[in-house]
Amino acid sequence: MSQALNLIAGDVLRFTTAGSVDDGKSTLIGRLLLDAKGLLEDQLAAVARTTARRGDTGMDLSLFTDGLTLEREQGITIDVAYRYFATPRRRFIIADNPGHEQYTRNMVTGSSTADVSVILVDATRGISQQTRRHAAVASLLAIPRVVVAVNKMDQVGWDRAVFEKIAADFAGVAQSLGIRGVKLIPLSALEGDMVVTRGDRLDWYTGPTLLEVLETADAGQPSGHLRFPVQLVSRSRFGKGEEHRGYMGRVESGTIRVGDTVVAWPLGLEARVADIVTLDGTLRAASAGRSITVVLDRQVDVARGDLLSHAHDAPSVVRRFDARLTWLDREPLAQGRRYWLKHGTQTVRASIETLHSRLDLTTLKPVSDAATLAFNDIGTARIVTGRALIADTYAHNRATGSFILIDEATNHTVAGGMISRLEHG
Amino acid sequence: MSAVAKLVSGTHFGEDLDHHSKCVPDTNFEARLSHLDWLESEAIHIMREVVAETRNPALLFSGGKDSIVMLRVAQKAFRPDRFPFPLLHIDTEHNFPEVTAFRDARAAELGERLIVRSVGESIRAGRVKLRRPDESRNVHQTVTLLDAVKEFEFDALFGGARRDEEKARAKERILSHRDEFGQWDPRNQRPELWSLYNARLAPGEHLRVFPLSNWTELDIWQYIEREGLAVPRIYYAHDREVVERNGLLAPVTELTPPRPGETVVTRRVRFRTVGDITCTCPVASNAGNTDAIIAETATATVTERGATRMDDQTSDASMELRKREGYF
Ligand SMILES: Nc1nc2c(ncn2[C@@H]2O[C@H](COP(=O)(O)OP(=O)(O)O)[C@@H](O)[C@H]2O)c(=O)[nH]1
Repeated sequence: MSQALNLIAGDVLRFTTAGSVDDGKSTLIGRLLLDAKGLLEDQLAAVARTTARRGDTGMDLSLFTDGLTLEREQGITIDVAYRYFATPRRRFIIADNPGHEQYTRNMVTGSSTADVSVILVDATRGISQQTRRHAAVASLLAIPRVVVAVNKMDQVGWDRAVFEKIAADFAGVAQSLGIRGVKLIPLSALEGDMVVTRGDRLDWYTGPTLLEVLETADAGQPSGHLRFPVQLVSRSRFGKGEEHRGYMGRVESGTIRVGDTVVAWPLGLEARVADIVTLDGTLRAASAGRSITVVLDRQVDVARGDLLSHAHDAPSVVRRFDARLTWLDREPLAQGRRYWLKHGTQTVRASIETLHSRLDLTTLKPVSDAATLAFNDIGTARIVTGRALIADTYAHNRATGSFILIDEATNHTVAGGMISRLEHG
Repeated sequence: MSAVAKLVSGTHFGEDLDHHSKCVPDTNFEARLSHLDWLESEAIHIMREVVAETRNPALLFSGGKDSIVMLRVAQKAFRPDRFPFPLLHIDTEHNFPEVTAFRDARAAELGERLIVRSVGESIRAGRVKLRRPDESRNVHQTVTLLDAVKEFEFDALFGGARRDEEKARAKERILSHRDEFGQWDPRNQRPELWSLYNARLAPGEHLRVFPLSNWTELDIWQYIEREGLAVPRIYYAHDREVVERNGLLAPVTELTPPRPGETVVTRRVRFRTVGDITCTCPVASNAGNTDAIIAETATATVTERGATRMDDQTSDASMELRKREGYF
């Protein structure tokens, strides 16, 4: 095999970074990219020039992540930026979330696909309102791993007591939000200690560096129950008869094998997997994340929007459910209005029957007399759909437990939803 | 060896990581997807979603490496069916002949329909007015592109842009919504959660769809190598007449003669991008095959656009401005 293909091996880890303005997020990302040798020389040169123009000396790492002209004009970061770097062990995709309070919407966007959430805390300031909000979003979107990067340790004399106070404070936040397995890392984005290299000023800390955590964290592609949403039905015939149709889709979770008995939902029809087809040949099995074409052994009525599962551990077929909603549009939620709801490969009519509560982001407690959800609000609602969804709860399955709402009039994506309770029957 | 080279060519990894699918990895299906398989599967998923949810898509195919990879992904997504969309090229008529020939040959080999609309036609029809005859036609592609969208009533265009190319792209969604003037509004992008893409459009609007958003230049070359894809030979090292201009090597062609006072020299070079002749520069290189290019890319010290594009050198923000005006 070619040497070159081996230059970077391993899988893909997606992580998101969040912090309040000036916590040092841009510096931290710059440091990661620089020390992981992801930075290219002309970017370096451009940064050196800009820094010089401003009359500063040295290199301002935060300029690596500088954004759009529009953003510079307005002095705020508007949107999530995606950045890439690789180490010999892994490829990384960073969803860099703007720290601005107004942009919970972007944080939700960047967090929805993340395997790890890196939340920055400024050691000189401790846990802030923004930290709570970031943790709430990480918990809401069930990001598998939360890392708290306690930055600017150099400014507090590398003091262990400061770190431990913040760790204790964050433990309280994590507990109230039900976040488990949090990793806290003391570091200095500016000086580089504990980001990629350990340095020698945080000897009292024996845990991993930030890069070590990122290189070893579990990445996406969940195991668990088979969920195969059908995207398209192929026009070709596979095999001898008229009945051998090919169902194109991506395995969202679990594993599908040739010979498996599967159930096609919502009709609940059983068939066996005759073949798993790809351009590179047929497979005996395919697991989560892989795009394939499935051929069944008999003619069943399957179309886009349907889903294949195993007979045991079947999904629910529901028209009513409770969900957490994160409102993403300037026009607030209107109860009783019809929206489009996109779930997996299915788009159906939906309306919000009851708004149960809105989350108060200061106390992290639900407020039950909410009349609506406005831009950037998070709440819980009962939703009814025009056609049945083939769904799981979000806690059970990120792919079949999530949906978006689309405004019929503006076509805006107005909300992200996570199913919390399914109503059967 | 540079530090980067050491980092990426170390001894930490080896044959134990099965990440080439020439041998179909059906014995090892519980293993995580390698990064190339992951990127490929994501791109297939995006193409299938957009085909399912739009009426009349097209795939922008120029003969360049990113669009070559897109065609491969389309084969993976739709074969044995024919592609559910035609290929479309907006031809500046200032393309390298090798690339245009490659474009036609590849489309024919795949048996897919290729539509070509040219900026030259737009100029001759008076739809585009050049400020100078030798002005780069790159930005004028927008007019021809939007005319083609109208002519064929396309509602989605697959493009091969990557987020690692440039900072405006870094912020663009995978499904980029464009108004009737093709304009991108960075302040009003639709949030893109999970892999739930909102493809709904009002009349006259269309989508630009970037299935390779999450790929880097290195991924593109690694994929070309893994899949054994042919690319126009000017991507590989060859001797070429060039002049040194603003720190770049500008190719000497009929369209781009040397300017007074410039000395023509022959250099061993390759192209990292193969756009409009008048604004695309090769880089000095001895990389004669894909393997060597991958090694160079992994240790590259200059970004792709920085090394090769004169049109982006003028201003830090030129791509953003062009996109807001309807560019790819
Ligand atoms: N002393 C110290 N200063 C830091 C550190 N990280 C960032 N800063 C400084 O904090 C300021 C804000 O950093 P920046 O990265 O722009 O913050 P952002 O707004 O979160 O992106 C800048 O002046 C940085 O140089 C650190 O670890 N130690």
